[in-house]
Amino acid sequence: MSPSFLFSQFMGGLTTAMFLFLIASGLSLVFGVMRVINFAHGSFYMLGAYLAWQAVQWLHPTGGGFWLAALCAALGVGILGVLTERVFFRALYGREELYQLLFTYALVLVLGDAAKFLWGTDQLSVSTPPALAGSVRIFGTTQPLYTMFIVAIGPAIAFTLWLLLSRTGAGRMVRAAQMDREMLDALGANVAAIYTAMFALSAFLAGLSGALVTPIQSIVPGMDVLIIVQAFIVVVIGGMGSLWGTFWGSVIYGQVLSFGILIFPGFSLFSVFALMAVILIVRPWGLFGRPL
Amino acid sequence: MTAEATATVLPRAAAAATALRRRAVFSRIPWTLIIFLLMATVPWVGSRYDTFLAAQITIDALFAVSLNLLLGTTGLISFGHVAYFGVGAYVCGILMKTYGVAFYLAFPAAGLGAALFALIAGYFCVRLIKLYFAMLTLAFSQIVWAIAYKWNDVTGGDQGLPEIPYPHLDWMSAIPGCGDLSIGARFYLLTLLLVAVSLAIVHRVVRSPFGRVLTTIRDNPERAAFLGINVRLYQLAAFVVAGGLAGLAGALYGIFSRGVFADYVFWSKSAEIVIMTILGGTGYFWGPPVGAAALVWLNQVITDYTQYWSFVLGAILLALLFGFPGGIVGGLDLLWQRLKRLRNA
Amino acid sequence: MLEVSGISKSFGGFRAVSNVSLTVATRQIAAVIGPNGAGKSTLFNLITGHLRPDSGTVRLDGRDITGAPPYRICRMGIGRSFQRTNIFPQLTVFENLQAAFLVHHRRGRNFWTRADTLYRDDTAALLASVGLTGYERTVAGTLSYGNQKQLELGLALASGPAVLLLDEPTAGMSATETHETIGLLERIAAERALTLLFTEHDMDVVFSIAQKIAVLHQGQIIAEGRPAEVRGDPEVRRVYLGQGLAHAQ
Repeated sequence: MSPSFLFSQFMGGLTTAMFLFLIASGLSLVFGVMRVINFAHGSFYMLGAYLAWQAVQWLHPTGGGFWLAALCAALGVGILGVLTERVFFRALYGREELYQLLFTYALVLVLGDAAKFLWGTDQLSVSTPPALAGSVRIFGTTQPLYTMFIVAIGPAIAFTLWLLLSRTGAGRMVRAAQMDREMLDALGANVAAIYTAMFALSAFLAGLSGALVTPIQSIVPGMDVLIIVQAFIVVVIGGMGSLWGTFWGSVIYGQVLSFGILIFPGFSLFSVFALMAVILIVRPWGLFGRPL
Repeated sequence: MTAEATATVLPRAAAAATALRRRAVFSRIPWTLIIFLLMATVPWVGSRYDTFLAAQITIDALFAVSLNLLLGTTGLISFGHVAYFGVGAYVCGILMKTYGVAFYLAFPAAGLGAALFALIAGYFCVRLIKLYFAMLTLAFSQIVWAIAYKWNDVTGGDQGLPEIPYPHLDWMSAIPGCGDLSIGARFYLLTLLLVAVSLAIVHRVVRSPFGRVLTTIRDNPERAAFLGINVRLYQLAAFVVAGGLAGLAGALYGIFSRGVFADYVFWSKSAEIVIMTILGGTGYFWGPPVGAAALVWLNQVITDYTQYWSFVLGAILLALLFGFPGGIVGGLDLLWQRLKRLRNA
Repeated sequence: MLEVSGISKSFGGFRAVSNVSLTVATRQIAAVIGPNGAGKSTLFNLITGHLRPDSGTVRLDGRDITGAPPYRICRMGIGRSFQRTNIFPQLTVFENLQAAFLVHHRRGRNFWTRADTLYRDDTAALLASVGLTGYERTVAGTLSYGNQKQLELGLALASGPAVLLLDEPTAGMSATETHETIGLLERIAAERALTLLFTEHDMDVVFSIAQKIAVLHQGQIIAEGRPAEVRGDPEVRRVYLGQGLAHAQ
């Protein structure tokens, strides 16, 4: 195996990883604070993709481009996140976990069909923004500029989230909530605001990743339930609720998927699941999570 | 006691006694037997399609009851129950199609296989509590999905295992009236019988000391442990029994739908069966079967009008979560209590 | 009977219980008292296996039970009530106690007999003993607080313990309820030849029934002995400084 081949496998894995990190970070964030697996996170991602496509259609005549469309899509999904939390989810705090889980699943069902109704079942696609349409040659491999951009934006978002969580007052509150819910309850009135903000941020990240995926993947119904499984595996590997755990979980996922093909041809998906199984058995709280 | 007080007490006591007698008569009617017999007449009185729906309901009822053994009886939130359904379907399908094993051996083997897998997965799952338990069950079910989807040589991969043969049902011709029935109708009758026997057994188990121990664990695991109960061991036992029953349901479903496919094991199927169970009511033994019947029937009615069945299902689920957490049977029970109070007042 | 020796437990640098030794003789009624946060509940949790001690041992009838899981310790003959009431809220009162008998007689593995036909007489007798006759069909979660405490006592007794640990048995009760509960406890302890160890904040209660008192302060035992000795102890007086003790005298 030539070095350039290995490098291109590595870059492929890294691209997958950084994409997944964008999505999984929001899932992990909400889990850390609210202790709920938000199945609708994949639906938010899908809506981000559809909204980005829609915005590109509208903006095109005005000369507005992909970036503005992506931002609009992410903001739109973020607002949907706020509404979801304020109108519905709030009524379920203190209820059994099963009800909270099923509520997020009800959203998956409703939003999935709503998207089919609004945008149909045909594949949609968005062209790569002109500035990143080219490619560069590294180590004898051709790397599209857009995937380089994705590889760069993953750590950038991770770093931003880390700053937000560790260097701001609100972030410290969020981390307090992750450590000890009762402590947060004792803080009183701010809890509701923190929950809303976390839900909004998480939905924004899902919407953003959905928008950013459109130049390299076509938009199809069903992308919501497929992506949530992958994001779920990432957070299980890294540790639910841990930001850096999710980051390294994504990196591991991407590389195992990418190099798994070389070891078990046709079984790369299986190698990821095998890794998840081993981690669940040895460290059920994930590589970077805290014991329960 | 004054004469006046006695005068008001006596008629009320008499009324109560009558009500009790009426209640006793009501509860002595073997409702479950009647429903079973009515279900058995479907191939004769209904269309082919009715028989198809009845079979679907029967199998789903067993699947949902097996889940409720965890959800309602033991208080364990399993979000990956479809894994054991799938293992059962594949074990039965592979044995019958690939190895030509008779159904009457493949069917119990499916239950045992699913129970064995539940023992392995459950051993790790019961170490965790609540949501973490739910996550781990979900993760294990995804592992089963990945194996089903990718292990082409055994499971057929994304092509699945089509054309699983029907069991030998020629012996039914000997039963008067069954001679003209199609093989599908015969298989439905066999399914109905197997499910009825399974449900009768589960019903008995839920009311046994073992079942009572499970309900104490649901209500208060900490206190249960300090009655001397090894909580994890009992949770594991419930998990294995529920897994085995789901495996039996899966085996029937594979034959009923003429094939086993990886889609059966996808995580969203687990969510659907959870919805079915809470739609009926997790607090009642007959809740899940009622939920199964309601959901299959609704699906049938609604898909005639619109292709957006998921949207309707989501809306039903939202209504359940926010309005009727007791499900259909819970709602009826509440209504019945209110009526009784009205009559007594 | 119950012998705790040199037991310690720290939570992240905080020594909740530090080198505590305590012996309760057979059929003795002993109390552990001390200000809030003195480590009483931690001590109980160490005895009943809910927490694993950092060092030290717990012996029951000379048998080392240190660090055994709660369900084992319960089977060995230690019964317990919890500070917050701890019953099975969705089962009826009758089913609560019946379940406790089923478990005690190791019937949990029986999955065929009808549970509600078993131990009916035992259950009825115990219900009468803890004063809950007439509430058989009531769903336990809807009982009044005092009745829930009675039911919890019944749950602890159903497993036929030799030693009973009660964490604040009269917490949250009115004066009348407290009085009744104490009467009930004394009667049951005498009837069943129980060894009793309890924590309590109400000094009237402690001095009226305890034969032995241990005073816990900041995780350590600062005094131990007969009620009269403890009452006269200067260290105890300093810690309580005229609170409950003055009131009790």
